[in-house]
Amino acid sequence: MHPQNQFIKPMNNKQYETVFIITPVLSDEQMRDTVEKFRKVLTENGAEILHEENWGLKKLAYPIAHKNSGFYQLLEYTAPVNVINTLHTEFSRDERIMRYLTTNLDKYAIEYNEKRRKGLIGKKKETKTVEKED
Amino acid sequence: MTLMNEPVHKQELKKKYCRFKKHGIKFIDYKDADFLLKFVNEQGKILPRRLTGNSLKYQRKVATAIKRARHLALLPFVTDSLK
Repeated sequence: MHPQNQFIKPMNNKQYETVFIITPVLSDEQMRDTVEKFRKVLTENGAEILHEENWGLKKLAYPIAHKNSGFYQLLEYTAPVNVINTLHTEFSRDERIMRYLTTNLDKYAIEYNEKRRKGLIGKKKETKTVEKED
Repeated sequence: MTLMNEPVHKQELKKKYCRFKKHGIKFIDYKDADFLLKFVNEQGKILPRRLTGNSLKYQRKVATAIKRARHLALLPFVTDSLK
């Protein structure tokens, strides 16, 4: 090992979660292409995607760039730290992206997300909709 | 006539508790806007600890979760009638 490198920590892959909003102007296919683009940005830089979710077209709580809705996309992945910067520059260069938020997941968040994927959380909502139908 | 102050008949208030500590919730999800609505008032402002009863640790987490949700337009920054 080079003496200078001994102070640098070994590549520690952290787990992250990114939610971003794509403009509603695009067609479904174009929207999928943009998601694919950012998925590629991640995988080409050594990230591993664990989970993804498309929430579809959602109404925004307040207008962003004169738009009242947007496609929400969630990506969960493990990545080396420097990937986040490249991802964020790509986000800010892309006009189709209205907002993005990346959070570092701690152990409780990982636990929560696993539960959420299995559908243990949000069960109440399902029962609520059933009641409405009755 | 006595000058003693009459005791004020306050209804016995339930003691507030931190719901996160009580139910063992460790993580507050910013993606769940419906849940976060419990911690904001009609204008979308974050409610103080003296009203919600959250412990300091979880009040901080609630606050960051609400701010994240606002950034992603899941919750409004300001409104007139949220509920």
